[in-house]
Amino acid sequence: MSFEKNLQQAQSSGEFQPLVEAIPYAQLIGLKFQRFGQDVLFQLPKNDDNIGNPILPAIHGGVIGGFMELSASLHLMMSMDTGTLPKMIDFSLDYLRAGRHQDTFAECQVWRQGSRVANVAITAWQTERSSPIATARAHFLLAR
Amino acid sequence: MTLSLKTRAERFVATLRHCQNLGLTVESAEGNTLLMRLPYSEKIVGNPVDGTVHGGSLTTLMDTACGTAVFSVLPGFELCPTLDLRMDYMKAAEPNRDLFAEATVIRIASSVVFTRCEVYQGEERDLVAKCSATFMRIGEEMTPPDFRARIEQGDDVAGDAV
Repeated sequence: MSFEKNLQQAQSSGEFQPLVEAIPYAQLIGLKFQRFGQDVLFQLPKNDDNIGNPILPAIHGGVIGGFMELSASLHLMMSMDTGTLPKMIDFSLDYLRAGRHQDTFAECQVWRQGSRVANVAITAWQTERSSPIATARAHFLLAR
Repeated sequence: MTLSLKTRAERFVATLRHCQNLGLTVESAEGNTLLMRLPYSEKIVGNPVDGTVHGGSLTTLMDTACGTAVFSVLPGFELCPTLDLRMDYMKAAEPNRDLFAEATVIRIASSVVFTRCEVYQGEERDLVAKCSATFMRIGEEMTPPDFRARIEQGDDVAGDAV
């Protein structure tokens, strides 16, 4: 089955697990998610393979970015019904604290979804939601 | 013993486990510019329909290329955390082709280092993404001695010092 078919099926059934399993990069970093109605909590479980700085040790900043990018695009796919993969136009990421070698969480907020472009804010945290380790903003092209 | 920029860069990247998993390599490091390669592999694919790599692997490539350029250019052995990254994805990367990131250190200030980076494919330098990244200077004295030793001596002490 094609990925687009997978996506359409996920959007009609609300079952997104097979879709995430079909994305190799999601498997590489180990992304998980839980849906609570319209809300989605993304999780990046502690994983030795995601470490950058070995001294702290800390998660590689690029992995935190990749996790947040992937969370944003999945969040859009879960909230839209267009059946197409959103394409990232740009991504702006601020690192606030070191990402320790432990579970990381992310949640997304779609601030605006036009006919062609969506603006999504992403917040990532570890121990406390009110003390994020990184915040980001992404624009996606919602192409046909 | 003075290490070449490339050796400093290679030893730095060797300490980053996730980068070893992705197979990131330093192709060259001269002056304030560093070239890094991300080999194409199925595990970094984001779109299983057409085999395009996920933007997240490009984020890691660009963050690492800029951060490694900063580490190798600074005179001491300073570890500089990323303050922010701003990336533009110009087009989807072509599947089955390696990606190259050319990172340049633009300015070294007392507390902050400014960099930029371009990601391209092939000899025609087909531009895939670009980024602007800023790093904090926390001081050479913050670098743990054992990390400094890994860079100074390398995992394989033989050979590659200039």
